[in-house]
Amino acid sequence: MDKAATAALHGHDHAPAHGHEHALGFWRKYVFSQDHKVIGIQYAVTGLFFLLFGFTLMIIMRWQLAYPGQPIPLIGSWLGERNAPGGIMLPEFYNQLGAMHGTIMVFLGVVPLAVGGFGNFVMPLQIGAPDMAFPKINMASYWVYFVGGVVMLVSFFLPGGAAQSGWTSYAPLADISPGQTSWLVGMVFLITSSLLGSINFIVTIIQLRAKGLTFMRLPFFVHAQFVTAFLLLLAFPPLEAAAIMQLMDRVAHTSFFLPSGLVVTGQPLAVSGGGTPLLWQHLFWFLAHPEVYVLILPAMGIVGEIVANNTRKPLWGYRVMVYSVIFLGFMSFIVWAHHMFMTGMGTTMSAFFQTTTMIISIPSVVILSALIISLYGGSIRFTTPMLFATAFMPMFGIGGLTGLPLGLAPSDIHLHDTYYVIGHFHYVVAPGTIFALFAGIYYWFPKATGRTMNELLGKVHFWGSFICINFVFMPMFIQGLQGMNRRLYDGGMQYAHAQPILHWNTVMSFAAWGLFLFQLPFVINFFLSIWRGRRVSDNPWEATTIEWTAAPSPPPHGNFPIVPEAYRGPYEYSVPGYPTDFLPQTQPDPPGHPAGTAAAIPAGRH
Amino acid sequence: MVDLHAGDMRHHVRLYVRVFVALLVLTAVTVAASYLHLAVPIAVTIALIIAAAKGSLVASFFMHLITERRVVFGALVLTVVFFLVLMFLPLFTQWDTIGQKVQ
Amino acid sequence: MEIPYTVTERPDTGLYNAKLGVWLFLASEVMLFGALFSSYVLLRSGAEEWPHGWQHLSVPLAAFNTLVLISSSVTMVMSWASLKTKDFGKYRLYMGLTILAGLIFLAVKFFEYREHILMGEVPAHDTFFAIYFTLTGLHGLHVIGGMIVNGYFFGPGARMWSSEPERFTNRIEIAGVYWHFVDLVWIFLFPILYLL
Repeated sequence: MDKAATAALHGHDHAPAHGHEHALGFWRKYVFSQDHKVIGIQYAVTGLFFLLFGFTLMIIMRWQLAYPGQPIPLIGSWLGERNAPGGIMLPEFYNQLGAMHGTIMVFLGVVPLAVGGFGNFVMPLQIGAPDMAFPKINMASYWVYFVGGVVMLVSFFLPGGAAQSGWTSYAPLADISPGQTSWLVGMVFLITSSLLGSINFIVTIIQLRAKGLTFMRLPFFVHAQFVTAFLLLLAFPPLEAAAIMQLMDRVAHTSFFLPSGLVVTGQPLAVSGGGTPLLWQHLFWFLAHPEVYVLILPAMGIVGEIVANNTRKPLWGYRVMVYSVIFLGFMSFIVWAHHMFMTGMGTTMSAFFQTTTMIISIPSVVILSALIISLYGGSIRFTTPMLFATAFMPMFGIGGLTGLPLGLAPSDIHLHDTYYVIGHFHYVVAPGTIFALFAGIYYWFPKATGRTMNELLGKVHFWGSFICINFVFMPMFIQGLQGMNRRLYDGGMQYAHAQPILHWNTVMSFAAWGLFLFQLPFVINFFLSIWRGRRVSDNPWEATTIEWTAAPSPPPHGNFPIVPEAYRGPYEYSVPGYPTDFLPQTQPDPPGHPAGTAAAIPAGRH
Repeated sequence: MVDLHAGDMRHHVRLYVRVFVALLVLTAVTVAASYLHLAVPIAVTIALIIAAAKGSLVASFFMHLITERRVVFGALVLTVVFFLVLMFLPLFTQWDTIGQKVQ
Repeated sequence: MEIPYTVTERPDTGLYNAKLGVWLFLASEVMLFGALFSSYVLLRSGAEEWPHGWQHLSVPLAAFNTLVLISSSVTMVMSWASLKTKDFGKYRLYMGLTILAGLIFLAVKFFEYREHILMGEVPAHDTFFAIYFTLTGLHGLHVIGGMIVNGYFFGPGARMWSSEPERFTNRIEIAGVYWHFVDLVWIFLFPILYLL
């Protein structure tokens, strides 16, 4: 069916939708919106705010690590006498910042941006759906997340302060330290939000795909979001259960995670006992290991889209990548206890979890290799999104490979709980995932606003961030191999074995502050481009996927003026014989010709 | 979705009543078994088998799982696999110390 | 563009959106209760001593509650079947009975709780009562949630029957699937907490 006929057939479908859109007031349209695009942008902006906030916490901590015991310049006096008397940070406050940095970055920053933001905005457009399957639930999931975020923020100002037992909240410490209750309440909100969102994502992908869009024609990003949604759906509830039990321990004085005979500061704890701290670790890591893949899979999806678009050739090994993502998602549920090699579990189970950990590295390597091989022989356009996407590959590679020694119990015994671990997972998440998220923002910004972001500012942002971030995290491997523990509020000053590597603390801190400054071009660029950016066409990157080829920029309520239909796979770039170097998914084959002969169509139809 | 005719309906109702009776009988059996005060391993086995039977009846007939679509089965099979993982792997990690005081 | 498959089934999956949605929700619920069951097993297997449920809890009351919930499942499925035969009066009757059964269940639970708390058997008493209150409390919240949904469909939500009967029938089916799940959880809670 050609486009004119489709338009005639479906003309009545979208006409009322437009009328509906104009009828909505400000609150319904921009605040309590049920439109997946608005919700996606709300998620993205809130997520970016929390990323900046979480980063700021680290900026303050880095002062303490570089210059322990010295008053914090400029902002020291704002932190309050309770936290930093005379501008000098107290250990308790350092612990609060550490715990909240992790919590905010993971649960309030990266996941909401990667899944809530990109997933919500891009995924329905890529599958040719008018919206998510359950718009009201979608709205609820954002606002529940928002409340969770507010609870976390407010906890800094409550009498006990914020949580201070690390983002992992290990019992029994978390059961008895102040500030944890608000963390748990906040987490219950965040978990509920993720559950609502994940149900919506899975139903949308299964039910609302456009006609002709079979599973093997879905963009890689959609596959990544699909698997991510399953991880959220099935891995988060155990943490919810654990959070409920920890809440019971704190509020109803039960002893789920408190063993008998616990002595705190010389006093036996007045609880019934009989619990087990390891139970918390099991339930926590049952979520938190899949959560690692929740952080990384959407990033891989974004990089896949951008690499195909900017190399002007199909993704190398698309099918294998899809199967790898599914396998990765499955395996991520049976590796969690590699975080617990030091808990004294039996050697049989250690061996089991080592094995599964080694196995799960295979699909990750497959995906990364496929992405790198995709570059080969391409005529690469080094746009800002592509720079970030290209940098993702070696950075994620470093993060992944440094994880192998941690997945093997013998080497983990030395490296456990050192800065090496911090270096490892930050390489995965910061120059890995967050770079991919930046790439995604630069890439889809024209779709959301109809304007591009400034390339020069983008490149300054990229190169500055790229150089600084490596100076922040690379020295962590050195410190960790030396045996320096994480979570030391003086940066390891009082340990003899840490003396030879202490000077790196200053280098890392200056690099972190530099990294902070290099985010300014991005912030300026972001806001400037919303109003002043160069106006562009609906498909400025000359891409093939449905969000670019069938929807205007920005897409109206209901997304598509004509109900889209998919005729081919997602990455038909540089098809021999086709006049342009991209063949849109929505481009029909010429009438009377067998499928897949669109290359024979004369130019001018896209 | 097709509307049910009165005849189909009577058939359905009969089925629901039969399932109901089966559930009542199984409940009675499991309660009765508990009064025998059997050794824990045997009692657990009996109770779980009966509970699983009752659960399957509810899921199959009341929740219509027996005629449900493949997609739903796929999601549920996945869930059951991870449920079993969650049930047993933590237990196995403590296999050496089961029955002793947990430190 | 309207969102497709809110009422009718998508041909290749054979499902309408909400049907798939509720099953996915139940999948997450399985993991939620699964984690608590797993905790129960881990705590019990690691405990030096663990009481038999019947030593502390009332088996007759719980057996009665099992009966109540199973019956409510039957009335729930009957209310859906009544809509299928377009008998709205019967739907109201069966839905009302389902809500009533939920109320009876909660009332019995309330008296059980009251008894234990008056005897000092609070969650902080020992790990057995901790997991007992956590599991039954969470299940109770699910019962309350289901009753709110059912109450809505019994009262104001039932207006949809006159405007979109098919969609309303679907909604009752969805609410039913959830309610049966609550029943199903209790079917496992009952032996695990009371009989073993």
